Parts: sequence; C-alpha cells; structure tokens
Amino acid sequence: MKNPIQGMGAIFYKEVRHMRRDPMAFLFAFVMPVLQLVILGAAIDTNIRQIRTAVYDASGSSIMTDVSGSSESRAFIDRLRNSDTFRVYKYVHSDAELNEEMISGRASVGVKIPIDFDRNLLKGNQAQVLVMVDGSDSNVAGQAVNVSSSLGLDESLRRMLNTGQKNPIEIRPNVMFNPASRSPNFLLPGMMAILLLLVTVMLTAFSIVREKERGTIEQLLVTPVRPLGLMLGKILPYFVTGIVELAILLAFMRFVFQIPMHGNVLVLGLLTTGYLFVNLAIGVLVSSKANSQAEALQFCMVVMLLSIFLSGFMFPRETMPLWAYAFSYMVPATYMIKITRGVILRGAGLEQLWLNGVVLFAMGVGLLLAAAHRFKQMTV
Amino acid sequence: MPAIETKNLTRRFGDFVAVNQASIRVEKGEVFGFLGPNGSGKTTVIKMLTGILPITEGEAWIEGLDVRTQSDTVRERIGYMSQKFSLYDDLTVLENLRFYGRAYQLKGKALAQKIEETIAANKLEKYVDRLAGRLSGGWKQRLALGCALMHEPTVLFLDEPTAGIDPVARRQLWDLLFQLSGKGITFFVTTHYMDEAERCSHLAYIYYGELIADGTPDSLRSLPEVNPPGTHRFEISAPAITTALRKAQEMALFRSATIFGRSIHALVDESVGQQELEHEMRRRGIPVEEIRPLVPTLEDAFVELSRRRQMQMEAA
Repeated sequence: MKNPIQGMGAIFYKEVRHMRRDPMAFLFAFVMPVLQLVILGAAIDTNIRQIRTAVYDASGSSIMTDVSGSSESRAFIDRLRNSDTFRVYKYVHSDAELNEEMISGRASVGVKIPIDFDRNLLKGNQAQVLVMVDGSDSNVAGQAVNVSSSLGLDESLRRMLNTGQKNPIEIRPNVMFNPASRSPNFLLPGMMAILLLLVTVMLTAFSIVREKERGTIEQLLVTPVRPLGLMLGKILPYFVTGIVELAILLAFMRFVFQIPMHGNVLVLGLLTTGYLFVNLAIGVLVSSKANSQAEALQFCMVVMLLSIFLSGFMFPRETMPLWAYAFSYMVPATYMIKITRGVILRGAGLEQLWLNGVVLFAMGVGLLLAAAHRFKQMTV
Repeated sequence: MPAIETKNLTRRFGDFVAVNQASIRVEKGEVFGFLGPNGSGKTTVIKMLTGILPITEGEAWIEGLDVRTQSDTVRERIGYMSQKFSLYDDLTVLENLRFYGRAYQLKGKALAQKIEETIAANKLEKYVDRLAGRLSGGWKQRLALGCALMHEPTVLFLDEPTAGIDPVARRQLWDLLFQLSGKGITFFVTTHYMDEAERCSHLAYIYYGELIADGTPDSLRSLPEVNPPGTHRFEISAPAITTALRKAQEMALFRSATIFGRSIHALVDESVGQQELEHEMRRRGIPVEEIRPLVPTLEDAFVELSRRRQMQMEAA
C-alpha cells in the first residue's frame, strides 16, 4: 500500500514559497481583515441614537419664535431632547413645513404638538401628540415609536400618580455580558467568523485554480504526488494562515477595541480548527468547479453573502422565515458565530458549546472527504 | 519489451473521437517523433500515456506496465514536459528543482546531489537564484527538462518542447536529447518542425485522431502513397511563385502542386518528362527558371498523406 498522502511535504514547501513571493496574498490574508475589523468596529453603531427630529409646536401662543409653545409643551419637548434617542434639529411653524422636512428626508421623526395641548391637559382631558416616523429604515422607525410611546406613558403615569406614590411594577433591566450595549462587542466576534471564512476559502480556491489556469497542475499529476497529498499540501499553509489570523483578530479585539475575553482562548482555538476544516474544504470544492480565478471569485461571493446574511451575523436568525431559518443551519458561519460570541462575550466553555463544535467538525470532515473525492476526479 | 506500446488506444470526449484506435510501438532508446496538425490528438495521446487523462478504450503499456492499472509505478519511470512552460514562474530555478526533486521523493543528500548534477548538466549555475519566470525561452526549457529528468525516468514525453524558442537553443536541446537517448532513455516527442522530425529514429503521423503513418523518416518518404507508381516529382522555381502555382494547378498534367519556399513541389505523371513539363509551363505563360527532379521531403510526405486522408474523409 502506497502512502496516500505522498508528496504533501513537497507541495507544502512550494506553497510557502509562493506565499512569500506574493505580497498581495499577504496583504489579503493579514492586513485587509484587520482593516475591515477596524472599520466595522469603529464606524458601525447599531444602537440608535440622536435621530434627527423636527418639531412643530402649535400650542399656546401664536407668536412664531423658536420659543413658541406653552410651558407644558416645552416641558414635553425637553423630555424628548433629553432622551438621547432624539435630536431636535429644527422647529417649524406649519404642517406644510413639517411635511417638507419629512419628505425631503432631513427629518426622520416629526413631532407635532397640537394647538389644544395645554388646554386639554389643564382641563384633565386627553392631550395628543402626533409623532410621524419615516419608515424607510425599520430599525430607526421602531426605536422612535418605542421611545416616544414610553415617554408618553411615563409622563402620563407621572401625572396620574400622587406625589410619593410609586409605579405598581418596576422593570429593572440587567443587560448581561455587554452591559454598556457596545456595538463592537456584538459585531466583532461575528465579523471574525466572516473574515476567517473569506480569507481561507478564497486563498485555498485561488491557489488551486491558479495551477489549473497556468497548466502546472498537469505537470504535478505525472509526478508520484498523490491527489490527497496534493490537496493536503495545498490547504495546510492556509490552515496555518487561518490560525495566525485568528490570533491577530483576537488581539485587535482585545487590545484595540477593549472587548473583554470572558472565555478560554484555547477553547476558541480548538473549535476554530473545525471551522477552518470546513472553509478549506469549501475552497477545494470551489476550485474543483471553477476553471479560472474569476469564476472562483463568483463562487466565493455566493458563499460569503450566504454567510453574512443567514448566519445571524447581521440579522437575527429568529426573525427569518422558516425556510431561511432552516437553511441557516447549513451555513457553517452560524455555528462559528455562536462559538465566538459564546466564548468571548459570555465566557461559555465546551460544556455549553460542544454541540456547535461537533457540527463544525462533522461538516469539516464530511466536506473534506467530498473535496478529496472531487479532487481525485478532477485529477483522475 | 517495447518502451511504449498501445493497442487500439481511443479517447472520446462525448461524441467527439479525439484519438481513434491508435496502435503505436516504440522501442527502448528510440527518439520517437509524433507528428500531426494542431488538434489532431497528439497531446491527448501523451496525456493518456502519462495518466493525466483516462483511456476510453484500448490498452497502453510503458515498459510492460499497464498504464491503467499500474499508474503509480509508471509515474516513477516517466517524465513529462508539457507544451506550455509549466514550472513555477514565481519560484527560483533552485526552488523549482528542489520542489520537483521532493515531489519525486528525493530527500536530504540524494536530493542535494541530484540538484547539483542537474544544474551542472544543464549549465544552470548562473541562474540558480533567478526566478524561473525571468529566464529566456531556451533556459526555461532546459530547466523544465532538468526537472523532468530529476528522478531519472527511462521514458520521457516532450510535448512540443521547442515551440517558440530560438534556433540555437533548439539545436542545443536536440543535441541534449540525443546524448540522453544514447544512455537508453526513450523519447516521445511531438513537433511541427520538419528538421526535428528528420532527426527522429521513428516517426508516426496522426491526422484528426487517426494514425495514418508509422515508420522511419526514410520509409515514410518512400511510401507508395507519397510516390504513387507512374509518377515522379519535380522542384520548379519561378518568379511570382503564387501566380505560377495558381496557373500550374489549372494544368491537367499536375497530380498535385504546393509551394515550398520559393519553388513549387509538383507531382506529375511519369510519362511527362522534365523538358515537356518546362515546355508546357512556358506555353501557359509561367516563366520557369529551373526544374529539378526531386526526392520527396518529409513535409511532402505528410502533405500528401493528409491530402489523401482528407479526400477519403470527404468521400465518406
């Protein structure tokens, strides 16, 4: 029986040389992911704050100045302004102007306090406030509706309760694991999974497709290098690349973005190896289908987009329609994101995350076998 | 035991028959020239023999080993140099050698020694640390040959090894091949160059998947199809050669006529003598300068064989 992985060492040697001569690959493997991490971490805040708000206060006097309105209405507007959710950037003096602000998109929220606001409050009637919300961004709209409603409710309760009397029920929220609700803490562990995928799948696929394009693969096939040896020799350097990249990304998250590492790094490393197997196998499968680097890129884009949208990285999986939710179980990044968030943010260990790890390793081994099979066919 | 033997070797791609029942026998130490137009199946035959492409039908042996079932042992005995330069441009000469040596299971001292030998044999000393992509065509081929020979194969397949390299490098490469064939290495070479074909000890000609000639250069030149009984050949020089050819082709006494350099190679009935031919051509307004009797060249042979085959195919 011949050594089935014969030639692996030779291929590994060659791949490492290629990488050393290719500054673009180096840039792509280590610099680009860090840049993306930095951009995402520094620029994206998923907490909705400071929504641009225009106010039309028709109550009280008819004198049109910036301090128009009655004392009651001004108190209400102050509460809006103090909420951090709204930023009142302009007072307008007619319905038409308020409408214009909304339609032009300058205001995401328009608040109109009607002429009888004070009067109704004084009489003990119900006073109304119109809150117009631009629904073109559903996240912003939802937040605006929720915060304005709770402001109204709060204000109403305050007026109904006697002095010293307390709310019958008080909610005391305890936001665990990310008490300040910092966006980087939530986004970056997920981004890490996506970046690892991007780099390892692409580099693997490209390195094999390049040999097809140049015709060097045929020269390899007449040597005693076995298909499995060729495949493993090809993916091993990118496995190492993946591990190094994991370390770099973790270091950036910990020291640049100050995201605390609550769990065990070794557990994360162990589970990541399963994920890397999956990615490398996908890379080989892509290369067995694609005949040029341009084709390979197309395949990689599909894998990427599915992973970004269906893994729970950007949008919660729970709100997906059933078919998409079911499909998301087939996306490897889904499991990896559970693992990274679990270990980094919640300090979860193998006892909580083992199932995700098992799924990834099973996927990895299965896909690698499929890849080896395809590779043998490709190379006869 | 022949170095290479095939029986009814066939390769189909879907409905397309790339190689149809080709039977070849190449003896040990021969320099076997495999010729044919582009796309006629030369590379496909090589790919089947080297195990890159599965054989659809038929059998093939390399030094008695079945290519289909003993491919692992076959791989250790054969070397291959493909049409395109297929080493790694971004690796140095030394790194390429080191890689191929390792791919062929050489290690440690044996590897170092073999690399040194290869560098010396191909006079690559000056270029050891140069990236392979920066070498000129001739040096690239030397390096490729060096890589293909590192594991000391006994059968070497060269697919158009001299395409696109200069005449001096071409001559040097062939000298090297003969030197090696003297040591008992069998060569299977494809080429479009007739001067290279002339140097081969054994030739075969494949035309759109069909093997239509097989033998020594001399035997191919003297094939009855190339020299039909009752005909002889002349080389005719004349100014304005293309006009002359067009006029000549309208004349019934030519069996065939093609341009060869600055003259026409013509096949005419034996009954038409040299003087009669010259007279007839002048009568037609072709200003003949000189007419000489001609022994067919290999190119004449292949042109004639192709023409006949084409006529048969069109008739079928």
